[in-house]
Amino acid sequence: MNTQASAMAEHHIPAENVEEAQTLLQICDLKKRFSLSGDFLDQLRFKGGKLVRHQEHVHAINGVNLEIMRGEALCVVGESGCGKSTVARTVMGLITPSEGEIHYDGQRIDHLSSRQLLPYRKRMQMIFQNPYASLNPRMTIQQTLEEPLRLHHPTWNRQQIADKVEEVMGSVGIDPDWGKRFGHEFSGGQRQRIAIARALAVDPEFIVADEPISALDVSIQAQVLNLLMEAQHARNLTYLFITHDLAVVEHFGTRVAVMYLGTVCEIATTSTLFAKPRHPYTQALLSSIPRLEDDRPQHIRLKGEVPTPVNLPSGCVFHGRCPYANARCIQEIPPLKMQDDGTRVACHAVEEGRL
Amino acid sequence: MTMTTKSVPKSKSPSHFQRFRDSYLWYSFKSDRTAQLCLAVFICLVVAAFAAPLIAPTDPYDLRQIDIMASELPPFWVDGADERYSLGTDAQGRDLWSIILYGTRVSLLIGFGAVILQALLGVTFGLMAGYLGGRVDAFFMRLADIQLSFSTLMVAIVVGAVVKATMGSSFYSQYAVLMLVLIIGLAEWPQYARTVRASVLAEKNKEYVDAARVMGLRSKRIMFRHVLPNTLSPIFVISTVQIANAIISEAALSFLGLGMPETHPSLGSLIKAGFDYIQSGSWWITLIPGAVLVVLVLSINLLGDWLRDVMNPRLYKG
Repeated sequence: MNTQASAMAEHHIPAENVEEAQTLLQICDLKKRFSLSGDFLDQLRFKGGKLVRHQEHVHAINGVNLEIMRGEALCVVGESGCGKSTVARTVMGLITPSEGEIHYDGQRIDHLSSRQLLPYRKRMQMIFQNPYASLNPRMTIQQTLEEPLRLHHPTWNRQQIADKVEEVMGSVGIDPDWGKRFGHEFSGGQRQRIAIARALAVDPEFIVADEPISALDVSIQAQVLNLLMEAQHARNLTYLFITHDLAVVEHFGTRVAVMYLGTVCEIATTSTLFAKPRHPYTQALLSSIPRLEDDRPQHIRLKGEVPTPVNLPSGCVFHGRCPYANARCIQEIPPLKMQDDGTRVACHAVEEGRL
Repeated sequence: MTMTTKSVPKSKSPSHFQRFRDSYLWYSFKSDRTAQLCLAVFICLVVAAFAAPLIAPTDPYDLRQIDIMASELPPFWVDGADERYSLGTDAQGRDLWSIILYGTRVSLLIGFGAVILQALLGVTFGLMAGYLGGRVDAFFMRLADIQLSFSTLMVAIVVGAVVKATMGSSFYSQYAVLMLVLIIGLAEWPQYARTVRASVLAEKNKEYVDAARVMGLRSKRIMFRHVLPNTLSPIFVISTVQIANAIISEAALSFLGLGMPETHPSLGSLIKAGFDYIQSGSWWITLIPGAVLVVLVLSINLLGDWLRDVMNPRLYKG
């Protein structure tokens, strides 16, 4: 799998990056369904005089393929409910996938037990969306930051742990004297810094950030974003960055994956995506960014609404709202196809040159 | 809050006492006369009960100090009282003041013991049911349903009858305190389990639990170090109610003759013992222990009410 992964990786990366591009995380055909039908007894229904088992699922993600290269910041964008966070949580092992595989540094990790996963926990960490909920209200900052260190470095003595906590607090711009306070004594931005410090404490190489700045004040967002970028340079981090803020993507991302209804519709480098969006959904999404110079905005208006993820549309999930959809789009699910500039797009219209 | 902590000198965190003095709990207590009075009454009763061997003029468990000729003497404000017995004596000639002190001690022991047992079982099961979910949840909650479908009284009658039949009556009276703690503890754990489960279900979806899981912590540590401390407020509140309930349950069982034996009476068995003499004019044997029981339970219940108001997250978040 390792060789296959790196072979695939070389395939998509523009030629000048080939020697340093190395796949850190690979997500293969990941699917996650959440049951809506309750337990077994609730699922039994009478239909036509017969007792049948009736199950309904929310298809949160349907066949996501992604690779994350070492050292990059892959941004995943999409509207609410498109499965961005589910991807992030599945990668971190908070949710077990229904189908598909996740490979970290060549090793499959999605089926490991929590004890087998422990060495990977030290290498991959997560930053959460809501800093008001992600710190345990009954623990001091010092305790919060010491806990991962005690777990992952059982041989360290008290002094080593204290030194590391102080170092990591310093690196995120928190006064080490604040350690004895509780989370509720801090502002949102400070709390998010503490949450970042907790993630950085074990010296991870890969960080999943699930909308880490969307719960913050606009004035604080830039600070935290810059902190994340500084940490990336200083510690050579790789990010999987979930967001719905396209301005952040433009500023932060190396590559962007656009998701719609649990599928990836386009993956491209940030500059390519913003300069030349291929997928009709990406085009609509980018056209929705408000711009200062616009006095007559050219928004692409999509018709209808996002279909329910309980009953997925056949074929391309976007066909009901796509202005370019034809009969093939209704029947056939488009795979992610490589374009000549390294972008990958899942669209029949792009493939056929209709667009 | 931030302001007050900032005024504290750097690098020196406020002590636990300081933190308590600054807390909303203390503030609310200072301004609530009922809570103060109840706590004072409760502490007086607890101290008097546990210092009974020091305070009580006689030892009611010592048969040599009991004078059967001095039985049914009235308390001091009634004609015919004996100054040796300030609250009078019961039908066996035991000093009522001494026996009430000792009886309160027994009642409190059973109340606290049963609540500790309930809490241990209920919190553990509730945490596991709420946090692990799925089959574990279904198992413990069905178990709780089954348990709740038997009343405490029925469990006590069945267990009492079985133990008395197999081990003999003297064995039962010897271990009566333990038996009552076990019966009341086992019969009422679902109260805790359900309350804890409900708050665990609310807590476990918060991101700090996810953060602990991402860190790689084991479920046991997440349950006890992360989730449990955040469900403590409802546990405190139901504990006060449950102590009062357990004391009442014990009194009811003793009154029915299923609880403490005559020789080591609790408040309940004192009331029962005196009940036979109420028609013959010796009302004090049953009424004075009854009044003590009412004051004890009332003070605990009012304290519980106050605590519930203080810790209600909808009224105060902290």
